[in-house]
Amino acid sequence: MQLEPNKYVKELTKEKYKYGFTTDVHTDIIEKGLNEDVVRLISAKKGEPEWLLEFRLKAYRHWLTMEMPTWAHLNIPEIDYQAISYYADPTTKKKDGPKSLDEVDPELLKTFNKLGIPLEEQMALSGMAVDAVMDSVSVKTTFKETLMEKGIIFCSISEAVREHPDLVKKYLGSVVGYRDNFFAALNSAVFSDGSFVYIPKGVRCPMELSTYFRINAANTGQFERTLIVADDDSYVSYLEGCTAPMRDENQLHAAIVEIVVMDRAEVKYSTVQNWYPGDAEGKGGVYNFVTKRGNCKGVDSKLSWTQVETGSAITWKYPSCILTGDNSTAEFYSVAVTNNYQQADTGTKMIHIGKNTRSTIVSKGISAGKSQNSYRGLVRVAERAENARNYSQCDSLLLGSQCGAHTFPYMDIHNETAVVEHEATTSKISEDQIFYCNQRGISTEDAVGLIVNGYAKEVLNKLPMEFAVEAQKLLSVSLEGSVG
Amino acid sequence: MLEIKDLHATINGKEILKGINLTIKSGEVHAIMGPNGSGKSTLSNVLVGHPAYEVTKGSVTFDGKDLLAMSPEDRSHEGLFLSFQYPVEIPGVSMVNFMRAAVNEQRKYKGLPALTASEFLKLMRQKREIVELDSKLANRSVNEGFSGGEKKRNEIFQMAMLEPKLSILDETDSGLDIDALRIVAEGVNKLKTPETSCIVITHYQRLLDYIKPDIVHVLYKGRIVKTAGPELALELEEKGYDWIKKELGE
Repeated sequence: MQLEPNKYVKELTKEKYKYGFTTDVHTDIIEKGLNEDVVRLISAKKGEPEWLLEFRLKAYRHWLTMEMPTWAHLNIPEIDYQAISYYADPTTKKKDGPKSLDEVDPELLKTFNKLGIPLEEQMALSGMAVDAVMDSVSVKTTFKETLMEKGIIFCSISEAVREHPDLVKKYLGSVVGYRDNFFAALNSAVFSDGSFVYIPKGVRCPMELSTYFRINAANTGQFERTLIVADDDSYVSYLEGCTAPMRDENQLHAAIVEIVVMDRAEVKYSTVQNWYPGDAEGKGGVYNFVTKRGNCKGVDSKLSWTQVETGSAITWKYPSCILTGDNSTAEFYSVAVTNNYQQADTGTKMIHIGKNTRSTIVSKGISAGKSQNSYRGLVRVAERAENARNYSQCDSLLLGSQCGAHTFPYMDIHNETAVVEHEATTSKISEDQIFYCNQRGISTEDAVGLIVNGYAKEVLNKLPMEFAVEAQKLLSVSLEGSVG
Repeated sequence: MLEIKDLHATINGKEILKGINLTIKSGEVHAIMGPNGSGKSTLSNVLVGHPAYEVTKGSVTFDGKDLLAMSPEDRSHEGLFLSFQYPVEIPGVSMVNFMRAAVNEQRKYKGLPALTASEFLKLMRQKREIVELDSKLANRSVNEGFSGGEKKRNEIFQMAMLEPKLSILDETDSGLDIDALRIVAEGVNKLKTPETSCIVITHYQRLLDYIKPDIVHVLYKGRIVKTAGPELALELEEKGYDWIKKELGE
């Protein structure tokens, strides 16, 4: 039997955005503004080696030559990059970062507890290791030692730079170069924390790995950097969650996630993105400008992206796969919800390079209120990619008559043996459907919850169990007040 | 059980019901017949609270309560059920999830705890047999890809699940072949108790051969113009509506 979404809806419909609180904690915030000195300062604060500073400076200098992209179907107010602080550290009491839980500020532990992410290992969800990142710094990573016994490295990227510099140096920027795009260049210059995962050859990671991102400080940007390397014949499932306080000002989150998948390895990457979306009038909210990309480098490798995007004022995000290895497989499953004045331009790129590569795209957009929701996807089949297969399905569901749903599929096929399919549907929840539910005793809010969760089921089923339940609740709450 | 007094209702400003008076007691089956466009479906829609219709005058009490003051879902919780003439498809929502939400919302209204998954599935199995509904249909999305007959059977299945006090069958016989008609009608009869009542809206005697009405009404131009015993339906089958129009001086 399917999970039942409705019982959650009623209790949750009264809540607007329940993660909107702020944490009162001493935070070391560097001065607003961006220049080479700021880049050097961030690098110095993190005690980075020379090569990484050079990487950052090259990225910064390149960023200066670039302009913000305007091709997305988004109306982005001008961003003053000098009005943002690029580094905020809520753990400053301790010089070297927390070594044990006793050293973590109790306020921070309380914050993550409140978010449902207990960092005490004995209280944590069984089978899930967490890296908790607030603002620019990783607060705590659980189960690190347990994982180390299997040779799995799971830590903050800052720690990885110190402890595993060769691995980081080898792979950082190997999938998303700093020249890739405007936000990638910015991130490469000022990135702070994020997670680093290395799964050694032949190891199946015994628990879900997850990173929970929290923006707390005002007027700061969060520049998350995550790097996942799955060596030959390994497997890992990785989850990412995000929330932020309700603030009237917009906040910038510009992340890079890079994934390298070697021979016969498999990576599942799931996101439940619930950044503060702004209020019902469109004031405040997070700008979520993210570059996520994986390289299925090895033969028979597999990468699967699943995302549930309900938050953020503006989302600009295209988790992509480069299918380099022969017989490699990639999947992209997405539910993107926009309500009120939210805008989302999201989708994927599937770049087929190896032979017999296969990709699947399932995108479900849900728009309500006065929001704009776009799917943008590229399927490219390179010249030597014999027998490439792609199947794309893009569905849009509209609630109300003031929102917009748009689909921008691009295909770029250079090999005659390719088989590329694209299906798209647009539907609206009809008053007749709602009334039919009402007549059977189901309230309008519950009916919308049922229909929306039913529509998104194919994607939600791809999420790990705990996340699937969370995501169902989230879908219902995000659409609160959008009908009737 | 149901008392309708001088009910007037409009859709898009056009008056369709022009003063309906009707009383239904527990255990009674009433048939409502009448030519196309006389207001039969409007009456059923108004009773269940369809938002497109506006009640401009009159009152309806259901078990002593003001029906018109209730939301559509509360009318359902109070025991009013409509078997839709055109059941709507709801893609992506399985019959199981749909019925589970409906049954548990009703239980919540009555202050009863929600059924557990196994209790619920057992109930589904039992009720499915009443209308010989295939178990595969129960796992499909609500009405999606159902044939006309399956949709109507599914309506009666839902009626069996919700155990209403008053059921309105709006042209439940339309689009049914002889076998499906028999199954649906027998299903309705199995659900009949001395405490439940039924309004059967139909054009044809053939449904009333199975579901025997106690009282037959003729609805014409928004009013009930004739009320009699079951013999009236036979007379209409034979002679049509012209003689009633003549009686009315038209």
